[in-house]
Amino acid sequence: MNRLGRMAWGLVLWEILSGMALTLKTFFGPKATINYPYEKNPTSARFKGEHALRRYPNGEERCIACKLCEAVCPAQAITIEAEPRDDGSRRTTRYDIDMTKCIYCGLCEEACPVDAIVEGPNFEFATETREELLYDKAKLLDNGDRWEPELAKRLELDAPYR
Amino acid sequence: MAKVTVDGIEVEVANGSTVLQAAEAAGVEIPRFCYHERLSVAGNCRMCLVEIEKMPPRPQASCALPVADGMVVHTDTEMVRKARRGVMEFLLINHPLDCPICDQGGECDLQDEAVSYGRDHSRYDEGKRAVAQPDWGPLVKTTMTRCIHCTRCVRFTSEVAGVPELGATSRGETTEIGTYVQKALSSELSGNIIDLCPVGALTSKPYAFTARPWELRKTDSVDVLDAVGANIRVDARGAEVLRILPRMNDDVNEEWLGDKSRFAVDGLKRRRLDRPWLRENGKLRAASWEEAFAAIAGRVKAVAPDRLGAIAGDQCDVESLLALKGFFTALGSENLDCRQDGAVFDASRRSFYLFNTTIAGIEDADALLIIGSNPRHEAPVLNARIRKRWLAGGFTAGVIGAEHDLTYPAAQVGFGPDAIAALLDGKHPFAETLSAAKTPMIILGAGVLARPDGAAIHAAAWQLALKYNMLNAEWHGFNLLHHAAARAGALDVGFLPGANGKTTAQMLNDGVDVLWLQGADELDVAAIGAKTFVIYQGHHGDAGAARADVILPGAAYTEKDGTYVNTEGRVQSGFMAVKAPGDAREDWRIIRALSAYLGHALPYDTLQELRAHLAANYPVFAADFHRFAGTDTVAPAGDAAAISSAAFVPVFENYYQTDAVSRASPTMAACVAAHAPAVAEAAE
Repeated sequence: MNRLGRMAWGLVLWEILSGMALTLKTFFGPKATINYPYEKNPTSARFKGEHALRRYPNGEERCIACKLCEAVCPAQAITIEAEPRDDGSRRTTRYDIDMTKCIYCGLCEEACPVDAIVEGPNFEFATETREELLYDKAKLLDNGDRWEPELAKRLELDAPYR
Repeated sequence: MAKVTVDGIEVEVANGSTVLQAAEAAGVEIPRFCYHERLSVAGNCRMCLVEIEKMPPRPQASCALPVADGMVVHTDTEMVRKARRGVMEFLLINHPLDCPICDQGGECDLQDEAVSYGRDHSRYDEGKRAVAQPDWGPLVKTTMTRCIHCTRCVRFTSEVAGVPELGATSRGETTEIGTYVQKALSSELSGNIIDLCPVGALTSKPYAFTARPWELRKTDSVDVLDAVGANIRVDARGAEVLRILPRMNDDVNEEWLGDKSRFAVDGLKRRRLDRPWLRENGKLRAASWEEAFAAIAGRVKAVAPDRLGAIAGDQCDVESLLALKGFFTALGSENLDCRQDGAVFDASRRSFYLFNTTIAGIEDADALLIIGSNPRHEAPVLNARIRKRWLAGGFTAGVIGAEHDLTYPAAQVGFGPDAIAALLDGKHPFAETLSAAKTPMIILGAGVLARPDGAAIHAAAWQLALKYNMLNAEWHGFNLLHHAAARAGALDVGFLPGANGKTTAQMLNDGVDVLWLQGADELDVAAIGAKTFVIYQGHHGDAGAARADVILPGAAYTEKDGTYVNTEGRVQSGFMAVKAPGDAREDWRIIRALSAYLGHALPYDTLQELRAHLAANYPVFAADFHRFAGTDTVAPAGDAAAISSAAFVPVFENYYQTDAVSRASPTMAACVAAHAPAVAEAAE
């Protein structure tokens, strides 16, 4: 085709038309996006989200201050202090996770001998200030209380593979 | 000597050694729980099984089997591994596997060996044994369910500590280690069973659940709560010292440590001086360093040099003493004394004030006379060495002074100086023992020197050593047993009154106008004159600080690089484990800064320069340690006529609280409450 013919073809804007055609096709096709936050994608039972400290059904906190999570944490995000509780049992006086350091590898969960520290399904814990991401024991236990039904379900689903 | 081949490595070991020792000589490690180098052989854990050629084809317990010449030992055959796996499985049958809540976790022999010889799961479905947790006092926490019955603690208390309070009751699976009747362990060395326990059955009560071993920063140091200078390891996390463990040193403490030295560590966090204080209108108020220095400078410049005085306490490092001495010399004062108990004696020669036989040398002695000392309280680790010597046999001990249970039999020779006189005359029955002995030794308690007739008794004890042939080229049997860690070092740097200087007693009662207390808390502060301006430099708010007009916050022994001289004259250095709290500083730095403030700057700016200065001026700090020969027999000065007939009294009424650190320690207070309830009730 000569040069004049190519110019005339160019005026037809065929590329634009084919692009718009694809747009039109997708417009009426099924959508890949979801209407977050009203809709959410499903997550795996092994999804590693926000941390929580769990309790036993009788309300006793599970964590026994063995410090294995603190030791295994590759980001050194966990800080634990412990002392004998009044009844002589081993419990933490301080359990802090620096969520800004955490890399969500889930090793703390793997290391825990009593399934106390877990990474739950929650990923929506963005904060306005950095300080709010420095979690203490009360916050983590509170998370546990809030998410316990889901946490228990997830552990149950994962149990056959552990 | 016997030639033994261990895993193809040929070694020569002494006849009578065990196969386990031969393996150690060959560098082959054999797992063990019950065997310990310093305890008798029990052979009851069966973990050390090995295979030996030309012996019945069954595993042999290497810890209890003596070597024979030409023995060929295999420690890593299939049979050995299988046998050890079996032993491990049996040990774990009744072990609770509660490692996550066990304080031994991370430093547990059973845990470590289970990695090598344990199964990945248990085949034991039946119920596990559980036993009660007896209360053994405020120091040792028991979880006897974890016990694997190695009996190390039983052997330690009966053999080394000499307080046979522990034992095993019942047999087989129902065996329990205990005190028979519930009681607190009464030994001053009871903390060592925590180190000895290969599992978590015995752990430290004050340290319970505090930290894991991998969190701790380990620093080598020297203990200053008694004058033995035990080698210690300070375990700290962050800015806090969490525990103190003994370090191995065969010449000093072997691997033992007294309870006070081990457990008084929580006193380092309490009653601390962390900022300068100044007394205004009779009340102490917080001040800055600048204000404190200005107050001192104002007073020091206003008085004549001979009205300045300094008294050193019992835990000072040599560096700070040297700095203080240099500072006072620059000011023109000779009023220095390190003997805050008021002792005055001839310290002109080192052998007059040291434990010349050396601690390891005790094992060469065959007779011992203790004068006015209770080594069990003043130096428990040294007392354990004496007991070790007594256990070896052919050793007789005698005591002049108050009666104590020393953990070994000791003849009561007398109660006061008259017994020394009787021995000098050779009239006393114990004189025969001393004359018959080849290497007799005397231990003179430093507490005796604080008596008004201390110098005379010092001289009399030396005469006793001369009379009974304790001083010769091969042997020096005259020993002074200090109870203050800083004393020998202070005497070595000459922290003593100069030619016209005043002693401690002369400085008290308005003998000086400005008195510098370098961590001195054991003197009678009420005797300090009302007009005396007192500067206290130290780390705890104890007696001295309460009387002070200016307080300069210093560093405790875990918070500075310091050199200490123990009672045998051994120069040892400790390292800084944590920083001193708040505004507190290392003691020599404070003195260096103040000396510059007053225009008499000391000639060193760094610790290295200070130590170089120390070594250059006092050669003992640069020389290697060696035992003295008793060739110089010139006696210390002392007027024999001054000796009174008063009986010797113990230095310490109470082992657990003897200094500012241990008095601030809640653990030590709990020990006092546990061991002296009768006394406490009587006082109420």
